[in-house]
Amino acid sequence: MAKIRVLIAKPGLDGHDRGAKVIARGLRDAGFEVIYTGLRHTPEEIAETALQEDVQVVGLSLLSGAHNTLFPKVVNLLREKGLSDVLVIGGGVIPDDDIPGLKAAGVAAVFTPGTPISEIVGFISSNVKC
Amino acid sequence: MLNIEAISQGSKRALARAITWVENDQPEAAQLMKALHGQTGRAFSVGITGPPGAGKSSLVNWMVKLWRRQGLRVAVIAVDPTSPFTGGAILGDRIRMADLTMDDGVFIRSMGSRGRLGGIAAQTFAVGKLMDAAGYDIVVIETVGVGQSEVEIVEWADATVLVMVPGLGDDIQAIKAGILEIGDVIAVNKADRDGSDKLVAELEMMLSLAGPRDWRPPIVKTEGTTGAGVEQLVAAIADFRGYFQASRLGEERRRGRIRREIVSMVGQRIDRLLEQTVAGLSGWERLVDGCLAGTDDPLSVAERLLVEMGIGRKIRQPDTIDRP
Repeated sequence: MAKIRVLIAKPGLDGHDRGAKVIARGLRDAGFEVIYTGLRHTPEEIAETALQEDVQVVGLSLLSGAHNTLFPKVVNLLREKGLSDVLVIGGGVIPDDDIPGLKAAGVAAVFTPGTPISEIVGFISSNVKC
Repeated sequence: MLNIEAISQGSKRALARAITWVENDQPEAAQLMKALHGQTGRAFSVGITGPPGAGKSSLVNWMVKLWRRQGLRVAVIAVDPTSPFTGGAILGDRIRMADLTMDDGVFIRSMGSRGRLGGIAAQTFAVGKLMDAAGYDIVVIETVGVGQSEVEIVEWADATVLVMVPGLGDDIQAIKAGILEIGDVIAVNKADRDGSDKLVAELEMMLSLAGPRDWRPPIVKTEGTTGAGVEQLVAAIADFRGYFQASRLGEERRRGRIRREIVSMVGQRIDRLLEQTVAGLSGWERLVDGCLAGTDDPLSVAERLLVEMGIGRKIRQPDTIDRP
């Protein structure tokens, strides 16, 4: 039976992973297989992990303010590896003004603090073909 | 698209996608496994098992680095438990193996156990075969954190490493049946902690009670935080590999595995047939009603289901089976 596999990754240098863990747990309860890789990863590591794990979704969590640099970098590296069908979503403290730019760069959705997990689950379920 | 050539030439993308097919039991998987079987049997598989939090992933991280220094290419299957309630899973073994991600000669794949209770997933062995066909020299299978009796790994790996830690119980634990009976090599991890020498002594005693054998599992003290002892652990596995290849054990284990592989594939297909039969049954709940009310009984219903599946008449009652 096919299962939705999601990589939850933290690019860059911030050391705050409570949000990522809460999301991972929430997605687990929705029946997804969630690969969680811990703190401080380079975009290259995230893209390579997505490739080896053959995930349909990459969720990036970032609270350091470097999202405008790091999120598009992950998207581009995934494309270079032929993984352009992977759904990339982002979360963290991200100003509303930055969201259109991130979407233009290929981030499918950005979920800011306060988003109910059911909304994220719904977005993934309706955008991933299993 | 089946890309057998890309897998055997080492394309990680092709391998990753093939693993998904096998895990999901997709139609492409059967064709692929048949085509690739001839290219398997070269890799040496090492199972790593032990209680949750014993340090299995950290040890694997160190071991892979040593094997890489010996010029070997290594694939890792890291199994974590699937929720029996939601079917979801958190696969977190990669956290301890982060520095292996960018190594071209390493491939790591996380797997949910997906309902299997023996410490590995139903398709773990098939995934290992794919990695073997892709040219990896060593295939490491890290089981879910196990309790006392999840010992299925011994049936599927060439060598099994049991990782124990001090402080989990008294010496009666060490003579109980189950997990402590397995292990071709035993690692006592977190050896910097109090009680590790005592644990080594207890395990040595347990091994002595087992009587003389051709291979006595060596006990190696390790520390997952510093990597101390891992060199000895890898050397002990190499010693075992030598014994495995020189003695009859190697062929015996691999023959046993093929038998189990065939039987488990038949079993999986029968399970699927059963699911389909039940799903296609219009009066399933009425049958349950009958059993609840006592007008019918579960065994009679089961026998009728077997007939419905087309195999009922073929199954002989145990007392009619000819004894050799």
